[in-house]
Amino acid sequence: MQGPGENAGAVDIGAGLACVFKIESHNHPSAIEPYQGAATGVGGILRDIFTMGARPLALLDSLRFGPLDEPRQRHLFEGVVAGIGGYGNCVGVPTVGGEVYFDASYRQNCVVNAMCVGVVEHAKLTRARAAGAGNLVLLVGADTGRDGIHGASFASVVLDEASESRRPAVQVGNPFLEKCLMEACLELAGQPGVVAMQDLGAAGLTGSAAELAHRGGCGIEIDVARVSRRETGMSAYEVMLSESQERMLLVVTRERLAAVRETFARWDLHSDSVGVIFDEPRLIVRDGGDIVADLPVETAVSGAPVRQPVGALREQPQDASPPPPPSPWPAGETLLRLLAAPNIGSRRGIFRSYDHQVGGATVVLPGGDAAVVRVPGTSLALAVSTDGNARYSALDARRGAAIAVCEAARNVSATGAVPVGITNCLNFANPERAEVYDALRASIEGIAEACRAFDIPVVSGNVSLYNDAPSGGIDPTVVIGMVGVIDDVERHCTAAFSVDDDLVALLGPIGTELGGSEYLRLVQGAGDGEPPHVDLQLEARVQAFVREAIAAGLLRSAHDCAEGGFAVAIAESCLLGGRGAWVGIEELERESADPAGEAGILFGESQSRFIVSFPREALVQLHDLSSRRQVPFAGIGSVGGERLVVTGAIDVPLSELREAYEGALDAPA
Amino acid sequence: MRFGIAVFPGTWSDRDCARAVTLAGHEPVMLWHKDRDVKDADCVILPGGFSYGDYLRCGAVARFAPLMDAVTEFAAHGGLVWGICNGFQILCEAHLLPGALSRNQSLQFRCEPAYLRVETTVSPFTSGCTQGDVLQIPVSHGEGRYVADDETLDMLERDGRVALRYVAADGSAVGARSPNGSMRDIAGVLNQGHNVLGMMPHPERASEALLGSDDGMRLFESVSHAVRHGDSFANIW
Repeated sequence: MQGPGENAGAVDIGAGLACVFKIESHNHPSAIEPYQGAATGVGGILRDIFTMGARPLALLDSLRFGPLDEPRQRHLFEGVVAGIGGYGNCVGVPTVGGEVYFDASYRQNCVVNAMCVGVVEHAKLTRARAAGAGNLVLLVGADTGRDGIHGASFASVVLDEASESRRPAVQVGNPFLEKCLMEACLELAGQPGVVAMQDLGAAGLTGSAAELAHRGGCGIEIDVARVSRRETGMSAYEVMLSESQERMLLVVTRERLAAVRETFARWDLHSDSVGVIFDEPRLIVRDGGDIVADLPVETAVSGAPVRQPVGALREQPQDASPPPPPSPWPAGETLLRLLAAPNIGSRRGIFRSYDHQVGGATVVLPGGDAAVVRVPGTSLALAVSTDGNARYSALDARRGAAIAVCEAARNVSATGAVPVGITNCLNFANPERAEVYDALRASIEGIAEACRAFDIPVVSGNVSLYNDAPSGGIDPTVVIGMVGVIDDVERHCTAAFSVDDDLVALLGPIGTELGGSEYLRLVQGAGDGEPPHVDLQLEARVQAFVREAIAAGLLRSAHDCAEGGFAVAIAESCLLGGRGAWVGIEELERESADPAGEAGILFGESQSRFIVSFPREALVQLHDLSSRRQVPFAGIGSVGGERLVVTGAIDVPLSELREAYEGALDAPA
Repeated sequence: MRFGIAVFPGTWSDRDCARAVTLAGHEPVMLWHKDRDVKDADCVILPGGFSYGDYLRCGAVARFAPLMDAVTEFAAHGGLVWGICNGFQILCEAHLLPGALSRNQSLQFRCEPAYLRVETTVSPFTSGCTQGDVLQIPVSHGEGRYVADDETLDMLERDGRVALRYVAADGSAVGARSPNGSMRDIAGVLNQGHNVLGMMPHPERASEALLGSDDGMRLFESVSHAVRHGDSFANIW
């Protein structure tokens, strides 16, 4: 219903409702001041959603830091997590999902992407498009101060030693004010006379006023003398560029002005009538009687220079990568070490510091594949996930980006939801370097290709560039935020092995690819080689099979194989359900005939695979369905007991798996 | 019956409470913080959230809201007042309940399932339970550690005013798994008249099996039973 270009994208989910969602970065501020940087990132993305008239239902966060054993990285990690919790918990929107990875490429530039998902009745969907000559411009919320001036331009330069001194460019959030602003705006959405809503983000009043006018093809005049300030002596320039948080612009008709202001007053929110809309597309700034700026709207919103950097491109990995080294440990210990790896281990310590249940709608809690949030007042539910493996992107940008879309869709499908759209955040190093520019272009192509295969739209997105430092930039970091819809919330599926004696099967190819894997990172320090291949047609078929089987009530659990591969996926399903499993892989080994052998089967990260469990009675039906849908289906074992046994390879008590998994992110004692 | 649900700026469990009340078959009515009026409610819920931002001590500003004048008067006449999470903090600040809620021992916000043992059924909030029942109801707070001096704690225990206590899932002592390190593992306390209950966990979030537990509904059902039958629990010891 709404593509890119507005505050957020919107997709029709039936029942007269639209799902509104977007992801956005707050990397630079978080690298300087982790708590406030992350907190205001959450605040900004929330405003993007309720500006559209949608009530935010869920927040997700995608985070990347340097190695966690370095004190500065732990400081950033803990500060960012505290900031996300501090803001989200206070506003009362549940944080239900996200991911975090640790890699040396993020040592100087952490990545903090926040996603928000909301729901609105079609008729109340509000746009940020100014219209109607003579209509008034209302500035609501916080008073304007000198905070965050040049925040947007600060966010677009390479961080260096001097960046620390830019701390004043980081804004400070007030989640309580945001909560009041949200409630007032949601009351006003869809009311007659409320023409447009737009939050104040990058470049403050300047950016927001220009965007409002540009989208509406009209002109806007702002009188800075009418803007309430929290400091004296601010120049017109400072007022226009202030990035003080928790502010909104509304365009309202003159007749409704008093009523709108009364709604804000009820929430003790201050509102100033600061400007007016007119026909000619010009942006006029006045300071009382003086006109201090007068330029065509077009000049303010476009005219960014188009560059096509030239230079050496990054070398693509050789197809003939050397065979992966064998693990120095027995398979059981390798599994325990992988479960204890910061990129795989339990995120419970993070999620329990976030209120993930407020709203009374969180049906599948964080910690599985996608979180599932019921849509209040309907039988619908949304499955939401953010994904992106930058290791793959570093090795092959196009394939890495396509895999990010696939994995997000796999996570959503594992709950039984049909993917309906994505938002994306592209975090890259300095694009003036040819190899970075090329990776950016390839990533966009990869996303587009995968979305075409799944027939889903990209409805919104955000780009964060210049995540760079003298010592090197970040790996190409494509974060996909996906939303899926479940028609009947009772028919959702989780990743947990929940009933003893259920059968376990591997869906999808056997797959033994170890390139770019966490296994390689563990045994040789870096995930090198060629990232896993992905056959988009097969991927789409496997996912459709899982959704169909869940909708038919055949599956008791579904979990995708991601980082750590087959063995980690099974271990996670065991831990989530609190029961063991017995699994045989001789047949898989025989069929794969891969030189990587056991390690490839157990820990390879080949795509398009799920571990599922189901009651014995469902076996025949699942078999039939798999041959009709041309999806490989291999029965491998059963659920039960207190141990995870992979015959001939792994035999570990559940308690040891749990201990390794739960301690992965703990600070050293 | 009619549940009044307080809405302070920054309250966020108001709509969750309204949904639970509706699920229990009753009528929710929102009570705005600026109004000195409980709108003929049979029971007033002070829900969770960050009232007025809680930038000071939690609940320290809300206790001065005009609505709280009406709530205090309502409680003084035996009206049922149920503080949940931020509501519990407000009731302590307003001196309708003894003790205080300090920062969690972990120094972190904790949102997770909790298990509560029903310590007394002599209250309109727990009369539908059996003493010793273990209810699964989630917590979600950063400042929920119940503290009071020994004399007060002894008095609460003696007078049967400890309504709910954190326990492990099997009903044994919670020990180090306490979500907040509350003194004597206290999760909910009653006032002297047993008509005011404060508790940190969120019964409105445990209102449907689909959400993980419906144990919270037993408290809502107790209240409606008590109101319907005009039960009085005051001065029964």
